[in-house]
Amino acid sequence: MFNRLIKSNGAHRRLEGWPLVFTILTVGAILVGTVVEFAPIFLVGNATEPLEGVEPWTPLELAGRDVYIREGCNNCHSQMVRPFRQEEIRYGPYSRAGETVYETPHLWGSKRTGPDLARVGGKYPHLWHVRHMENPRSTSPASIMPPYPHMLTKETDYESLPAKMRGLRRLGLPYSDEQIAGAIDDARQQAEAIATEVAEQGGPERLRDKEIIALTAFLQRLGTDYQGSPAEPDREPHEEQEAIEVLTDAAPTAPAPAALADATDRRN
Amino acid sequence: MAVAPSPTHDPAAAVPAGAGASRFEVFSYDDKIVRYFVIATALWGFIGMLVGALLALQLPFPEANLGEYLSFGRLRPLHTNAVIFAFAGNAIFAAIYYSTQRLCKARMFSDAMSKFHFWGWQAIIVSAAITLPLGITSSKEYAELEWPIDIAIAVVWVVFAVNFFGTLWKRREKHMYVALWFYIATIVTVAVLHIGNSLAFPISLTKSYPIYRGVQDALVQWWYGHNAVAFFLTTPFLGLMYYFLPKAAERPVFSYRLSIVHFWSLVFIYIWAGPHHLNYTAVPEWAATLGMVFSVMLWMPSWGGMINGLFTLRGAWHKLRDSVVLKMFVVGITFYGMSTFEGPLLSIKTVNALSHYTDWTIGHVHSGALGWNGFMTFGMIYWLVPRLWRTPLWSQKLATWHFWIGTLGIILYVLSMYASGVTQGLMWRAFDQAGRLMYPDFTETVVQIIPMYWVRLIGGLMYLGGVVMMLYNMYRTIRKAPSTLPDPAVAIPRQAASTPAA
Repeated sequence: MFNRLIKSNGAHRRLEGWPLVFTILTVGAILVGTVVEFAPIFLVGNATEPLEGVEPWTPLELAGRDVYIREGCNNCHSQMVRPFRQEEIRYGPYSRAGETVYETPHLWGSKRTGPDLARVGGKYPHLWHVRHMENPRSTSPASIMPPYPHMLTKETDYESLPAKMRGLRRLGLPYSDEQIAGAIDDARQQAEAIATEVAEQGGPERLRDKEIIALTAFLQRLGTDYQGSPAEPDREPHEEQEAIEVLTDAAPTAPAPAALADATDRRN
Repeated sequence: MAVAPSPTHDPAAAVPAGAGASRFEVFSYDDKIVRYFVIATALWGFIGMLVGALLALQLPFPEANLGEYLSFGRLRPLHTNAVIFAFAGNAIFAAIYYSTQRLCKARMFSDAMSKFHFWGWQAIIVSAAITLPLGITSSKEYAELEWPIDIAIAVVWVVFAVNFFGTLWKRREKHMYVALWFYIATIVTVAVLHIGNSLAFPISLTKSYPIYRGVQDALVQWWYGHNAVAFFLTTPFLGLMYYFLPKAAERPVFSYRLSIVHFWSLVFIYIWAGPHHLNYTAVPEWAATLGMVFSVMLWMPSWGGMINGLFTLRGAWHKLRDSVVLKMFVVGITFYGMSTFEGPLLSIKTVNALSHYTDWTIGHVHSGALGWNGFMTFGMIYWLVPRLWRTPLWSQKLATWHFWIGTLGIILYVLSMYASGVTQGLMWRAFDQAGRLMYPDFTETVVQIIPMYWVRLIGGLMYLGGVVMMLYNMYRTIRKAPSTLPDPAVAIPRQAASTPAA
């Protein structure tokens, strides 16, 4: 039967005389895979449920994130730790779907010309980021990253923050009216705190309203919301108990299993 | 057998008895628009690859980041957009406008639409070249342009689609040749992908946020990204191959049945494969696995195209000696075969665990872009230029040099990136005997691959040098061309023209 379809005067030959039908069939062919892959993701909500503790960006972090996007940092830095031992040791716990629910656009990246940044938050002091952007070779002598000295001179775009937050709220980010109304003040306050710390660490003064501070705020936040997911323990509590018994060669008395379980989660 | 369209249209030979040999319908093909697209292809190709060479220099030599606007992060999307949408884009439009008219025995539906398409597309490219260095970007890979340009792309594409389908509607040839099937798949799918992926909420004229978030955005992005490769860099080039290769070889396509089977399986399977870009990420496991399985399945339809191309040359291999066009096509199709073998390989999770995020990916895409898209385009240009400008090519020898230096350039490029990718991938995962990372400092793994970056730059410059040779060859040929180039007129018996269309 298949042969009848494709022989030189078969059914397909007739189809070649009907562009409209041909086009409709082609569209059908590409829609099957599209629908099968997307429908569950959009219909079942759990890919869009935030993990506990995961919050949207603060206004300043949002401004910093847009600097990150503008400079195309995602071309060389991924933000997606894969569940491999070597990656967890190098970068931290692997990335969870529930951590990225407020990411629009997502910045997972596809190339690591530089290291992954999904959990870079808190790894370095603020001043390190300032110096690193100004001249990457000053903090990492062998780095091949471009320098971004203009971030230390360009003013942060505070004015557009309320409009951005309103837009993001339309897209599902839970910003409240108060947060949006106070966005600019909030951003200035957070910037003040970071800039003060930079100055205290011996860095340049008067950076508060510069883009570098917004970017630092964003980078310092990356990956820090995740506190180990109680929703997906690696082992059941009784397994945890058994593991401890094996390790200590006795029934546990002192270390509370809950504390250990928490530590295991965070390490993992 | 699918018979390649005959190079000369001799309607008299086909006039059936009693049809009235005098009753011919006379019309002409719009070749001017094809000349425009050919020149745009060559010029944007040069610019896009020049930016690529600068990027290749910036990696081992960061001092080449020339300030805020010309740093790697801003230029990389410019490079990818320029070579994909400007170079390959104009090339496929040249191929489609040239071959569709001849395959349909009809002039393009509307000259005004053709012009709008050409100038609209060039305006989009120029706006990309301005906005991307300014940092105006959506950050979505291969779809970095901001929403006003996205809308312009959609408008120009729809005009192109109307023009194309209008030509099909007016056609004087009952059956659509296989090249046209691939063009249809290209035009409808690119529209669906572009619109689906670009949906965004505008904040200002230069800023928007995608309507998708997190996992959804990643899946939509790679559904688009992977199928941009499929329906912008594969299907139209297969259409190009099906038209220009039999022409250049003067042989019919190897197998009509194979073309049916591989067309439908390719179109059906490709769209599933996107999530292989997201192996081991936070997307659901089943989605990545599904993407992997379909990627492996994709190997066969891809090789169906390669086999149909290469076997078309059966009995004509001796022609390669004298034809730079065929040389280019054969190397192009061979690279298509290699990169469509490599793609499924890289999508397999265990391989992907090593290769992902490394230069192996860069090597893979350049084997496809430089080998398949580049060489198919150059072959087409060397075939088209003498016909479009009615002048023999200025120098066959220079064209042959282009072929060899380009081939050598690709090999250096691809091998250096394989070496770099595997080296770095292995270093990232290396443990010492105490179970600690052997190279905890990331820059150690960067220093190791710097020599490969230099080799890649040399390979890229050789390839670019080949393009410069082609530009010069085109320039010298076109300068000798007659001052007026009237559209080629065709006469066709009226009876054939009244063939009922669907």
